[in-house]
Amino acid sequence: MAARDNHGTSPPWGRSFGVLGQPHRKLDGLAKATGSAVYADDLALPGMLHAKTLRSPHAHARIESIDASKALALEGVHAVITGRDLPERYGVIPWTQDETALAVDRVRFIGDPVAAVAAIDEDTANRALKLIEVRYQKLTAWFDPASSLAAQTDRIHPDTKGPGNLSKHVHLCFGDVDGELAGAAHTIEGEYEFHGTTHAPIEPHCAVAAVDAAGLLTVWSSTQITHYVHRALAKVLHLEAHKIRVVQPCLGGAFGGKSDPFSLEFCVAKLAMLTARPVKMLYTREEVFYAHRGRHPMQMRYRTGVDKDGKLRAVDAKILIDGGSYSSFGLVTTYYAGQLLTGPYHFPTYRFDSTRVFTNKPPCGPKRGHGSVQPRFAFEIQLDELAGRLELDPIEIRRRNFQGDFTRTVNGQRVTSNGFLKCLDEVERLSRWKERRGKLGFGRGLGVAGSMYISGTNYPVYPNDMPQAGIQIKLDRSGLATVFTGGNDIGQGSNSMCAYIVAEELGLDLSAVRVVAADTDLCPVDLGAYSSRVTFMVGNATIDACRKLRGQIVQALAEKWQVAKERIRLIAGQALDLEDAARAISIAEAFQIAEARFDTLGSTGSYNTPTLGGDYRGGTIGAAPAYSFTAHIVEVDVDVETGQLTCENVWIAHDCGRALNPMIVAGQMEGSVYMGLAEALLEEHTLNRFGLHAGPNLLDYKLPTSVDTPELYARIVESIDPEGPYGAKEAGEGPLHPALPALSNAVFDAVGVRLRRLPFTPARVLSELRAAGVDAKRHAQAGLPARAEKGAR
Amino acid sequence: MLRLPAFALERPRTLRAALELLAENGQSAMVVAGGTDLLPNLKHELFDPKLLVSLAEIDELRGLCASAEGGLEIGAMTPLADVATSELARTRAPALAQACGLVAGPQLRTMGTLGGNVLLDTRCQWYNQTYFWRSALGFCLKKDGSACHVVAGGKKCVAAASNDSAPALMSLGAVLHFESASGAREVAIDEFFTGDGIQNKKIAPGEILTCVRIPPMPAGHRGAYGKLRDRGSIDFPLLGVAVRLDCSSKDVVENADLVLTALAAQPKRVKRASETLAGTKLGTPAFDEAAEKVAELAYQQCRPLANIPGDANWRHEMVPVWVRRTLAAAATEPNVTT
Ligand SMILES: Cc1cc2nc3c(=O)[nH]c(=O)nc-3n(C[C@H](O)[C@H](O)[C@H](O)COP(=O)(O)OP(=O)(O)OC[C@H]3O[C@@H](n4cnc5c(N)ncnc54)[C@H](O)[C@@H]3O)c2cc1C
Ligand code: SF4
Repeated sequence: MAARDNHGTSPPWGRSFGVLGQPHRKLDGLAKATGSAVYADDLALPGMLHAKTLRSPHAHARIESIDASKALALEGVHAVITGRDLPERYGVIPWTQDETALAVDRVRFIGDPVAAVAAIDEDTANRALKLIEVRYQKLTAWFDPASSLAAQTDRIHPDTKGPGNLSKHVHLCFGDVDGELAGAAHTIEGEYEFHGTTHAPIEPHCAVAAVDAAGLLTVWSSTQITHYVHRALAKVLHLEAHKIRVVQPCLGGAFGGKSDPFSLEFCVAKLAMLTARPVKMLYTREEVFYAHRGRHPMQMRYRTGVDKDGKLRAVDAKILIDGGSYSSFGLVTTYYAGQLLTGPYHFPTYRFDSTRVFTNKPPCGPKRGHGSVQPRFAFEIQLDELAGRLELDPIEIRRRNFQGDFTRTVNGQRVTSNGFLKCLDEVERLSRWKERRGKLGFGRGLGVAGSMYISGTNYPVYPNDMPQAGIQIKLDRSGLATVFTGGNDIGQGSNSMCAYIVAEELGLDLSAVRVVAADTDLCPVDLGAYSSRVTFMVGNATIDACRKLRGQIVQALAEKWQVAKERIRLIAGQALDLEDAARAISIAEAFQIAEARFDTLGSTGSYNTPTLGGDYRGGTIGAAPAYSFTAHIVEVDVDVETGQLTCENVWIAHDCGRALNPMIVAGQMEGSVYMGLAEALLEEHTLNRFGLHAGPNLLDYKLPTSVDTPELYARIVESIDPEGPYGAKEAGEGPLHPALPALSNAVFDAVGVRLRRLPFTPARVLSELRAAGVDAKRHAQAGLPARAEKGAR
Repeated sequence: MLRLPAFALERPRTLRAALELLAENGQSAMVVAGGTDLLPNLKHELFDPKLLVSLAEIDELRGLCASAEGGLEIGAMTPLADVATSELARTRAPALAQACGLVAGPQLRTMGTLGGNVLLDTRCQWYNQTYFWRSALGFCLKKDGSACHVVAGGKKCVAAASNDSAPALMSLGAVLHFESASGAREVAIDEFFTGDGIQNKKIAPGEILTCVRIPPMPAGHRGAYGKLRDRGSIDFPLLGVAVRLDCSSKDVVENADLVLTALAAQPKRVKRASETLAGTKLGTPAFDEAAEKVAELAYQQCRPLANIPGDANWRHEMVPVWVRRTLAAAATEPNVTT
């Protein structure tokens, strides 16, 4: 088993960093900004065919027959495949493999893939789709999770155990919840709802496949999990894995939406094998909405008890999760919905019961802040309600319940560094909370919320004892270091992170580091970009590999110069003798001296999490080597006449351990809040009454524009984690969580109304305001025009 | 990406050549101006032209100038961005300039033209979708199907007029100038729109809209356009309110007009708005009271349908709010009319 290495939180050879901790461009920034970056859809191979997918127009039906003869007869069509050609099941979680590349005998939502055509161009392929005749026998479609759970007939996955359309049920109890609730000074109970949203990356999914003369299949895909795609392709195509190469080209955003194997990857591969031609498939925007895997709708009930000082005594949660038509990551989601709530506050006792149900909708999966954004929404509102009950400042109740650092949660998670209090301090100070909260006048308010998130997970998607992250580095006589990483850079900057570390460790200029990533032929395995694991794990693996090379270089120079190793520094493209400035040589020369001494220079590095988690079934799910912490304060303006909420300012403080590149960390924090607020205010991934997606396009599915985005003030808090690379933790997902509840809490501060159901569309907000009796009188008291009266018909 | 269907494209340099092309090709040809409405609709397979006649190269159709009588003449191919930023339009037809400046987003206002905006196809959540989506729905009355999904059992399409310029132009009494191979005609914009969502415009095949004429406004003219939308940019109106207030030199309303859009197939003029506001002085309680009454009238006179996305009841509730706010905007903005 690969060693878990603690490399220390600062460079062992010096006090300060040369590269890290400072803002640097991303390696691919210029290429993206100038349009020269090569995405999957930019690939064009000689003789390449274009493929398209035929999709189900029914939400739930049995396929009686498929006749593709007319399509095959169309000039320019090279092949048509159906579920029969790819019957092998797959699914990212090995225990719940319920997907096939194309529907085998049953379609489960409108948009479920049924057949694929390869033709000389997209137009011909589209024309061929219309010629495929499919006979369906319609089945009862299940849209409402509660009724789906009770389904007796027409079950969505008839081979599952049930009851009804159950996907996964988790019930975990830690301590005497009922006793603590009974003894609590105050208890509060409430229902909360998350509606469902999707990732909407700019780049739609795209895959290209080619088979070479020797039979090697190469698939270029816009994926964030090259390794799992590799495994899934081998399984479904019945090929030996070493005959498949998977490459991730430059990627235009993912946010969790590209962390499953998708139908198109199997289809292009199969079609390329059948036609002996390269094949490309690019999803339309509408197809991205069908591929989905976005955030699960959840209906949540929370009961929380506190003592008279506001200290938590018990939290009791019951959650119904609408999973859509397939399992995807759903098993993990069902756990995460409960497991990830036990910080930054100390829960003495805790119980959760979460149930994921299949419905005839596009499948849900992981979206930035997987499984935990929804419960966090509920709980942080409930904390505010408790603060109100106790007449405590909402920040104060959070401080009082702070769990501390280097502790263990009630569900057995090990928490290391924890900068949450500092986060609270920062947003409190920056927003001038004390002077302003509750004093902004009717209609304007401030709200706070906190959160915790995993920095990687020790649960590999398939159990194995190999490293979770691997790195290989090769040093060239020219002074170049090439890093090979299986990590998927999905825009978060993980390739750049590798380069910063290598430059720091080997004293290189950033331009002398090349990163080769996410290519299964060239790079050691990394499990992929999910669970905010890449910086933590790949970063540690990179340090591991660097230290070995650095040791060789330093030793070779020490021997050559006849000086102690401690006198040697590698910095800014040079190798120096600290006590003899005349000895400075270029790093290229240093590499050459080391190569002469040790032969060809290369090294590997790896990372594995320590043994973590509670000692019970599911106890490792949600167990992370470190956790990040966040606090937000949101300032909102409520138009009580229209129900429109305008978010003016958001202060974000995030504990990312150490910011390896503060510019990227701040960018992740801002992007997270942008996304969280979008989910609260605008985005709605829903079906209409016909079971059709209500608007699978970027005009109907509303993403905020720049003018809809508040001022975002990102404040980095550095708790320096003992196990992260130089103390770093995650920054890509955690900072999203508090945005939604902080907004709701701000609305309460503004108008005294609790919004517990998302999304906060103006229509819904207005009806909640009216139901709560927000009226002209209070307005008049605040010296404002009596606007609300008019609307209150 | 969605694909455009195959079609031939002609880019004539003169209006005459364009008219001849249209006459020769009859129903199988369509005009394209900026293409910002037509091209998405073609990708959705809502039309199937064999030939597109682009007006982009015809210089005589582009430009905005003062008319001899003191009004405005705007070539149909004038980009919306130009109308929105033109000093002349902002002073002589403030409601129109504001409306054009609130259409879609900056890129679309650069490509989109005033003519194309006047002639925008009606919109509906069951119609502005891909062929696959519509086929899964079973299509609808407006295109390829036989049922309406907005009004159960409805036999008439009620897709929403969604062009921001139309209500503003109605409030300004604009006149549309058309030419065809067989001649020219003028039609008052009030006579132009119908309540049929399938084709809510009285335009004959082969006709080109060449120019929009706005008559001179009285010295005390004020105008404003209020637009309700989900986001601060890009989105079509959920409700559009065009206001006209013609005032005396003492700021007393002499004549007023109020036209709403994005509710039904046709923009809607609020009845009795002028009588209610007339005689009140801007900035006085009397004006505010009259504005309240007009808001109430507007509320009573319209009933938005669930044609476009969003909550129809809420859109209805927003009518009086936006009427009041837009009246207030027209009344308080500096009077720029010269
Ligand atoms: C994302 C998005 C958002 C939008 N938001 C809005 C909005 O908020 N408000 C709004 O009003 N519109 C909106 N639009 C629609 C469109 O951009 C504008 O209405 C624009 O003004 C249309 O002008 P165009 O020149 O592009 O028209 P085109 O698309 O070229 O033409 C539109 C129609 O008019 C016909 N036509 C155009 N010019 C002439 C002419 N001179 N003579 C005869 N027929 C002609 C065409 O045949 C076609 O049927 C939006 C569009 C998109 C894609
Ligand atoms: S109103 Fe909408 S659904 Fe009804 S016919 Fe018109 S476009 Fe179709």
